[in-house]
Amino acid sequence: MKPALKKLLAQGGPFLGLILVVALFAVAVPRDETGRQIFFAYGNFKIIFTQTVIVAIGALGMTMIIVSGGIDLSVGSAVALTSVVGALLIQHGWGPVAVLLAVVAAGGVIGLVNGAAIAGLRMTPFIITLGTLGIARGAAKWLADDQTVNYDGSPINRWMTTANPFSHALPAGVWVALALAGLTAVLMRGTVLGRHIFALGSNEATARLCGIATTRLKVLIYALAGCFFGLAGLFQLSRLRQGDPTVAVGLELDIIAAVIIGGASLNGGVGTVLGSMIGALIMAVLRNGSQQMGWPTYFQEIIIGLVIIVAVFLDRLRQGRRAA
Amino acid sequence: MTPAVRLRLTGIRKSFGATRALKDVSLAVAPGEVHALIGENGAGKSTLMKVLSGAHAADAGTMELGGRPYQPADPHDARRKGVAMIYQELNLALHLTAQENILLGAESARLGFVDRRASRDRARSALAQLGHAGLDLDRPAGTFSIAEQQIIEIARALLMQPQVLIMDEPTSSLTQADTEQLFSAIGRLRTQGVSVIYISHFLEECRRIADRYTVLKDGETVGAGAMPGADLGHIVTLMTGREVKDLYPAAAHALGGIVLEVKAAARAPRLRRATLQVRAGEIFGLAGLIGAGRTDLLRTVFGLDDLDAGEICLVGAPAGRATPRRRWQQGVGFLSENRKEEGLMLNQSIADNLTLTKMASLGRFGFVRRRRQQAVAAHWLGELRVRCRDGAQAVGELSGGNQQKVALARLLEHPARIFLLDEPTRGIDVGSKAQIYQLVSRLAAAGKTVVIVSSYLPELLGLCDTIGVMCRGELAAVRPGAAWTEAGIIRVATGTAGPADR
Repeated sequence: MKPALKKLLAQGGPFLGLILVVALFAVAVPRDETGRQIFFAYGNFKIIFTQTVIVAIGALGMTMIIVSGGIDLSVGSAVALTSVVGALLIQHGWGPVAVLLAVVAAGGVIGLVNGAAIAGLRMTPFIITLGTLGIARGAAKWLADDQTVNYDGSPINRWMTTANPFSHALPAGVWVALALAGLTAVLMRGTVLGRHIFALGSNEATARLCGIATTRLKVLIYALAGCFFGLAGLFQLSRLRQGDPTVAVGLELDIIAAVIIGGASLNGGVGTVLGSMIGALIMAVLRNGSQQMGWPTYFQEIIIGLVIIVAVFLDRLRQGRRAA
Repeated sequence: MTPAVRLRLTGIRKSFGATRALKDVSLAVAPGEVHALIGENGAGKSTLMKVLSGAHAADAGTMELGGRPYQPADPHDARRKGVAMIYQELNLALHLTAQENILLGAESARLGFVDRRASRDRARSALAQLGHAGLDLDRPAGTFSIAEQQIIEIARALLMQPQVLIMDEPTSSLTQADTEQLFSAIGRLRTQGVSVIYISHFLEECRRIADRYTVLKDGETVGAGAMPGADLGHIVTLMTGREVKDLYPAAAHALGGIVLEVKAAARAPRLRRATLQVRAGEIFGLAGLIGAGRTDLLRTVFGLDDLDAGEICLVGAPAGRATPRRRWQQGVGFLSENRKEEGLMLNQSIADNLTLTKMASLGRFGFVRRRRQQAVAAHWLGELRVRCRDGAQAVGELSGGNQQKVALARLLEHPARIFLLDEPTRGIDVGSKAQIYQLVSRLAAAGKTVVIVSSYLPELLGLCDTIGVMCRGELAAVRPGAAWTEAGIIRVATGTAGPADR
């Protein structure tokens, strides 16, 4: 096989999966009484895109972390904490831009703490972020006094919807996610920082040998990813229109699943932004399609679980053949 | 009655896709014979051994063991039928004891419980077969030296009472003294009638230990014969298809001023005291047993490990705490002895591996210019004759020798003025070795400084201006290369040197 073709296949695996899932639901989901598609319709895709935003933005940060050979289990809690912070700031009369910056910064600080603990204490990311998972969730509840934080209104509430819900325009959140995906893809592929992230995840000993400041790099990766998680928290706030400290429990697992379905390896050194975005879309399509099929949520959970396993298994088959 | 031939392979073929790894291989091994299998990397030795040990099925050809057809379904089946393999990378559970490792998967049990006494007896007798009955069976395997771990692994193979034992590069990480121990163990197995297939790059070793040899080249048997009296030059010609003359080039090079000075360097636990000076244009060899502190010395010089005491001075560079980052900036490059685990990012591209130390300089504003990176890779791939598709190929897909060239190219591209090379030719083929020797010689001629750690004495003696020998953490003696002999180095390294050797 030609290298170019191989590359396409490596990139195309998740993409083919997405087409397959969309095609299956397009056929399976019944049409409405006038004979029009319910699932395979622009209006529905708009909903799917909007529902993907939070996982997609989280997956951008998680792609950096997983490619660097790490993991972050505290994302759901970080999203809850930052959305509570955002709600409180709105209560205090902060404007939308100030809230945006503050929430992203709050996410960055959580990431900074994660990264500093992982690199400084030389502990595995799994343990550290398992700890911050609890700490951030507790802090969110503490800040929110263990109840939802309500506010009168804010322009932020409109970032996940459009003025006219039936228009063809996409909400701001979708555009932000798309733009950030483009930037992150360039960062990972084309910049020194991105190549160093790949180096760290592929072989930390080599990275150190070649003079990369691995400690500093790790802190930077988790802090940068934390900014993405903070932004995801802001869109969570925008969607709920209130700060809820109990929101997004287990969100990190959806995000990790999206990155893994997208072809990244938990061993580090492998992964693409495009793949992770497709992975996030596959998760959203599965949820959306299952709902329209009228399947109960427990059934959706089983299906998504199976898809993760099948996706990684197929990926391994493909890589195995490539190696031979 | 034992047949005159224990194992016979005829016309073995094996292809992977379009790659014909084995085209036509034949091999015959007698009972109690040590048979050397010789060939460059990529000649098909590993594939052949995988066919023999049941990991791959041959496409064509016949195998006979003890006069009967032999077709192992998998490695376990092969072991049951009497063919066991010791891989180059040892497969021990390092947290389990020596005894548990030896008996792994073959525990003596009564009603599902491990029978400790029977287990101990069997482990003990397997070790006795190798002449190591005294080994402490209750210590975790990870606390033994590599050489002892290897003995444990061989003992495990012996438990199945194999007729044929395959050893892949068993001495590649052993010192001379440990190699002697291994050879005496192999000698014992021979007298017990076990056939040993011995794969090694070290021809001198093969000559010492083997009764017969078979040479593979490009997946074909190109020669076989009795080892005693064989002409090594002829075997090298068979292996490479060319005469490898002047393996160690004698390019004239002048020594300049001192560029690197190590003063009483020490780092627990292995490096106790080392003092040396290296000049521009000098090739400085470090000999010694494994664990004598040679690698530790190089690593502290490069800033990978911190010093406990002493000082390292680079002439023309400010002093200060050494880190790999600073060392690269000062023009010092380091080649790790552990290519796969430390030296290279196996699943990343050749180009990324080659330019990792200086990516920022390949572009502007934090971007890496891909085209320039690929051009740099293409230059060195051509210069060093690396066999690969292009710079975008993952480095893990290359053979050992070609991987090592990529690792070396990183130092050349950087470019370094002081080369710290830890076992640069370990586990690579003769052709690549010769190329690396020439490269080192050219570097010295160009006024660069090279410090080489090696366990292979002929290459140190052939290449180095100066050789220092380490013994138990101390740099015991430093002398011009011409003043050393192999025996002299071994005597100092093992601490058995008389006053004349000092």
